[in-house]
Amino acid sequence: MKTIVTGVIGADVHAVGNKIIEYVLKNEGYNVVNIGVLSSQEDFINAAIETNADMILVSSLYGQGEIDCRGLREKCVEAGIGNIPLFVGGNIVIGKQNFDEVRVRFKNMGYDEVYAPGTPIEKTLPDIKKYLGE
Amino acid sequence: MSRYLMIDFGSTFTKLTAIDTETEDIIATANHFTTVATDITIGYQNALKALYQKIGEEITFDKIIGCSSAAGGLKMAAIGLVEELTVEAAKRVCLGAGAKVELAFSHHLTNRNVQQILDKQIDIVLLSGGTDGGNSECVLYNMRMLGERGIKLPVIYAGNKDCQDEILEIASQYEMNVYVCENVMPKLNVLNIPSAREKIREIFLKNIIEAKGIKKIETAIDKVILPTPESVLRAAELLSKGYMHESGLGEIVLVDIGGATTDMYSMCSASAKRSDVVVKGLEEPYAKRTVEGDLGMRYSALGVLESLTVEERKLIDLDEGVDLVKELTYRHENVDTIPSNDHERKIDRIMGQICVDKAMERHVGRMEEMYTPMGMLYNQYGKDLSKIRYVIGTGGVLVRNDNPYEILKKVEYTFKKPLELRPTNPRYLLDADYILASMGLLSEIDPLLALKIMKKHLKPIGGGNNEPQQAPQTTFTPPVANKCGCC
Repeated sequence: MKTIVTGVIGADVHAVGNKIIEYVLKNEGYNVVNIGVLSSQEDFINAAIETNADMILVSSLYGQGEIDCRGLREKCVEAGIGNIPLFVGGNIVIGKQNFDEVRVRFKNMGYDEVYAPGTPIEKTLPDIKKYLGE
Repeated sequence: MSRYLMIDFGSTFTKLTAIDTETEDIIATANHFTTVATDITIGYQNALKALYQKIGEEITFDKIIGCSSAAGGLKMAAIGLVEELTVEAAKRVCLGAGAKVELAFSHHLTNRNVQQILDKQIDIVLLSGGTDGGNSECVLYNMRMLGERGIKLPVIYAGNKDCQDEILEIASQYEMNVYVCENVMPKLNVLNIPSAREKIREIFLKNIIEAKGIKKIETAIDKVILPTPESVLRAAELLSKGYMHESGLGEIVLVDIGGATTDMYSMCSASAKRSDVVVKGLEEPYAKRTVEGDLGMRYSALGVLESLTVEERKLIDLDEGVDLVKELTYRHENVDTIPSNDHERKIDRIMGQICVDKAMERHVGRMEEMYTPMGMLYNQYGKDLSKIRYVIGTGGVLVRNDNPYEILKKVEYTFKKPLELRPTNPRYLLDADYILASMGLLSEIDPLLALKIMKKHLKPIGGGNNEPQQAPQTTFTPPVANKCGCC
């Protein structure tokens, strides 16, 4: 069974979407390690190491995602899991910005897939399966 | 009617407690220097003679059981994967089983690490790493490392369940002494203590006390059943929770200041006790023990000195009119010093205060401020002890000092440390008769009796005069909708 670590990064307490993600991924047959809200980058990495995770899926809903998400890839490299797929989604930047630019910005930070506001988790499943080699 | 004899083979003293089940009380207590270096039975027989003298006759006992921390106690190495996760879980299991964690390693072991295990004369190695179904590469690497370097010590494997078979294969390949039990962290941030703790106890009783020459005593008594700190832990847990209709004391903290170590126990649930914090980190056990190997009244007197900053040391010297460096060095070099005048009692009091303050600082949970777009938030790491009702003290320095209250009160000391969740205005009790370890033993035979005796013999020494004060509440501003980027 493939393992996915998911959680809400930074000082963000939006819990509903996080629960929905956990529910959908579990139904898809994944071992979901949900570290919940208010999670630091270190929490994601530690969880991924101990559980031997195949993917990290980061949520951010409160607009400060750009600050919170920066540096996660570098820390993964430092922690020995540099190749792990990193996905991010939610309201990851402040205000209404051109999402194509946002996507480039986050890809440059080392995220493999970046999802626009309002993307349901079901829509990301094909990408998840692709990255997990399924 | 039955009579029981409980013995605590301590590092310095062998302590005897005789109990009568009919009067539901202690008949007498006695002690003598522990003689484990020559023959442990000598010290026991001498203590027994002293006990008979106190009673006035030689009586027979229906059951004689003991616990031991003699010959260096139980020294363990805790190995895990991530420092904050499985290493921490492994450490907590060792401490909960009454061991001293001499070494803790994360990630891959190096040759140097394995050499340290040999040099420090570790008794048992606890190998963990990975959640069930999680990482297995690291534990297998570490297991091979231990095997290749010829580690024949008992190794308890309490890591990822999935590689138990491979672990056993490596064990047989290198003819290692390996015991498999449940994972200390089966799921992320979930702590699983009982299985590994039982295994530690089993090995302690089967191998370690034999190797240390303690087993010999079993010709004279029925059995040694626990390491002393675990016995104290059981006594404290019983005292806190109560037994059947006999109520306990509720949430408590217990401090044991010894010659070599200071042990801190807290019995309370680990959940957040205030609404404005989020609890983070690995799950905390109800019965938590930490042991400070560098804080003690004699063998570790220099560690006490080193735990202070230069500023703190100067402050104490100035306030108390003493020379800490001189006094503490003297005690380190003369470990059998027993205070005989006011000045020496004062030095012991100061040392005791430092031990209590520093041990609590390392044991207690703390809050961490987090600046967010919605204002300040607090994360809580560790246990919130601010609602603790009783603090119980044990150990020679408290029993012998004329002011044990002043020493124990340092658990509340929050000068310059406002974010520590220390007890606030608890009541203080003293284990004046040195019975806690014995009561842990007795609780294995008759928990109700042990509880009643503890409640009777722990002596109130002050505190808790006011109604428990509310911990200073930090103002918490709920997130305002229009400040939040999502809405």
